[in-house]
Amino acid sequence: MTSLLSRHAESIYWMARYVERAENLARLLDVNETFSRNALGDQNWAAVLEIFDDGELFAKLRGAPTNEAVIHFYTLDAENPNSIQWQLNAVRENARALRPLISTEMWTQINTFHGRVSGKRRGDVTEAKLSNFCAMVKEGCQLHTGITEGTFVRDEAWYIYEAGRALERADQTTRLLDVKYHLLLPSEADVGSRLDVSQWNALLRSAAGYHAFRRTHPHGMTPALVAAFMLFDRYFARSVRACMVRLVQMLDEMEAAYGIAPTPETHRRLRALIQTLENESIDEVVGQGLHEFLDDIQDELIRVSDEFALSFFPEPVPD
Amino acid sequence: MCVQHLRCVFFAQHLCNSFETGGIPARFGPVKKPKSKKTSAPAVPSLMEGYDAGGFYCELTGAPDKPAQFAAPVKKLLDALDMRELRRRAKEAERELYNSGITFTVYTKKDVIDRVLPFDIIPRVISKRDWTKVDKGVRQRVATINHFLHDIYHDRKCISDGVVPASLVDENDNFRDVMKGVDLPYNTYAHICGVDLVRDGQGDFRVLEDNARTPSGVSYVIENRHLMQRAFPDLMRNIGIRHVSNYGQMLHEKLAEVGPPNVRDPQVVVLTPGVYNSAFFEHVFLSREMGVPLVEGRDLVVIDDKVFMQTVKGLEPVHVIYRRIDDDFLDPETFNPESALGVPGIMRSYIKGNVTLANAVGTGVADDKAVYAYMPRLIEYYLGEKPALANVDTHICGEPEGLEYTLDNLENLVLKPVGGSGGYGVIIGPRASKRALAIARKAIKADPDNFISQPMIDLSVSPTLMPRGVEPRHVDLRPFAVTGKDTWVLPGGLTRVALKKGSLVVNSSQGGGSKDTWVLE
Repeated sequence: MTSLLSRHAESIYWMARYVERAENLARLLDVNETFSRNALGDQNWAAVLEIFDDGELFAKLRGAPTNEAVIHFYTLDAENPNSIQWQLNAVRENARALRPLISTEMWTQINTFHGRVSGKRRGDVTEAKLSNFCAMVKEGCQLHTGITEGTFVRDEAWYIYEAGRALERADQTTRLLDVKYHLLLPSEADVGSRLDVSQWNALLRSAAGYHAFRRTHPHGMTPALVAAFMLFDRYFARSVRACMVRLVQMLDEMEAAYGIAPTPETHRRLRALIQTLENESIDEVVGQGLHEFLDDIQDELIRVSDEFALSFFPEPVPD
Repeated sequence: MCVQHLRCVFFAQHLCNSFETGGIPARFGPVKKPKSKKTSAPAVPSLMEGYDAGGFYCELTGAPDKPAQFAAPVKKLLDALDMRELRRRAKEAERELYNSGITFTVYTKKDVIDRVLPFDIIPRVISKRDWTKVDKGVRQRVATINHFLHDIYHDRKCISDGVVPASLVDENDNFRDVMKGVDLPYNTYAHICGVDLVRDGQGDFRVLEDNARTPSGVSYVIENRHLMQRAFPDLMRNIGIRHVSNYGQMLHEKLAEVGPPNVRDPQVVVLTPGVYNSAFFEHVFLSREMGVPLVEGRDLVVIDDKVFMQTVKGLEPVHVIYRRIDDDFLDPETFNPESALGVPGIMRSYIKGNVTLANAVGTGVADDKAVYAYMPRLIEYYLGEKPALANVDTHICGEPEGLEYTLDNLENLVLKPVGGSGGYGVIIGPRASKRALAIARKAIKADPDNFISQPMIDLSVSPTLMPRGVEPRHVDLRPFAVTGKDTWVLPGGLTRVALKKGSLVVNSSQGGGSKDTWVLE
């Protein structure tokens, strides 16, 4: 079998990441619908701009952050690289370049899914309809991963795809957790309050983790337990640790099957990261600042991604 | 005549006109019970009822004095379908084409728009007997084109023997000096060749032009068939149709045959200009059907006059390149220095025989309209055979008789400048103004070598599903020939149909669509 072109490796890596990112963005927006309510039930979507550090870009592109405008910004606004529409555009353009490799069913689904989202107008994705929209996006992304699992050849591209997906998912889980802390830090009195618990509950549900959490922790729900679960749990599919273990597993399998290994630096960083996730105690993390901890993980994931690129699709050397 | 130029906005109007929105003539509406009990007339008017080929040869019904018996079973099955059902399936077929991305892509600043080449669901049927003739004729042409190309880049015997004038070669823009004296495996130049045929008023196939550079459209042949198999399994029941699904396999086999002589299992790739090319889908199709990588220029690098591709395992050798990039853009070191699509140094590798390019560089000389006029003579010269497929009668203005005849009869002729392509710049005598004819006469006299003329041809028609029912529309046929050691012709080919009433222009850039083409067993 012919080896995978580096250009295709890059495309498949990013296609996997953008699908995962779109799904998680839909999850996050869905959660925020619940989170952004204050005790009186009012919502403040401008907070989402803070989470993503998008305040400046938004002001430049769209002006004043009304709820409606912010929702549009993150859903259908093709000019915002952090919108679902933008990400699905990127998925489709990567998929187009990958058409010689991916299955026809994968392409067809991406194509129709993209068409469905692109066909939406502002009025179709209002606050009231946001939850439905997010559900549709989640389902589209999950359908994609299912079709991929069922039809994609298990060549190098498959492992790179899976690795990209695991890395993105880990990253997104840290961001989902961060939503919560951003919102609660200003008034520390709320931490542990009734409102707080209901929001942690919603957070778990948005990550499809409520049931999984309950199985592990039949009694009680503290913010620390939830955070620990999403970061360190061995069995929860979206925990940062599980994603990292999956990533390493994929790289090892690819090396065994095809003799293709990432740079030693990639392995070193991944080992250290997994060690932290296995050994760190949540109390310590919370004590030193959850937000800072999440930030560190995100930075580390970026470095791993850079090593990844260096390993499989380096920039051509200028002559 | 190039399917690559698919930028028109003709978005399958004939298929989109939905049943629900009206516009269906009354005879296709709800039907009352037949009054007479004696007749066994069907409850619904038959699909072909009232169809009138308008005096042209019809691909499904033949001519009044020459009915197409072979197609009768297909016609019968078609007749059994009702219009509502046909339209429903046509609509589904079109949606499927779009969803599965059998499209050409138009990029604008703001959007990426995928369009479907309009597809007509009523197939074009070719008898076994006709196909045997077409197959033979196409082989002859391909063999001749390859002989001719080898000849003009080596001994130029066809010129010294007086078969063609030297100017035909020496003044041809597509002649590539760099190819002089270069030897290619099996002397094959036009590995993939598309021969455009039309059927005249008598029902005889004639060659309209040869495409020896990068003929496109073969992906539609196979995809159209797959679509028909899904949408109309009942229409194909008990009708033996030559299959087309082995095109990729045959193409790969033939391309592997022409790999560099000392390479055992050559690595074949397809070279595309990239996703922005309107024919990108076809490039994807070709690479998938052959199971070989689809590369872009930036994936390839030339080291020590050998070609490699950049993979996750490092550089891997490449031996045969089916390139969908024109000569001009192939190698910035040899041709257009501005080209970012090509591969620097690839021509050095090619000339040394380290890599095979399909088609060869410089094949454009052979599909020139001026060379076309000499093809019947070249076939006899190189093969010692009579052409199985006639040209459309062609008058060469560069020769005294041809010039005289053309000037005398211009108002009845089609005048073609020999350099042009894409159906532009052609003058159709009977439809041209006196002024236009006068200007043309002047142009011919000033540079007779630059023109040929042909009589108007009554292009055959094929029943086509239109908003108002089944109507005759003009069609042509592009069979595809693949050549390595020898030549294989895909049974059938691309049938293009001019969807505009009365139009003879089948180009997709000017309102053309396509049909599935059935060669009967």
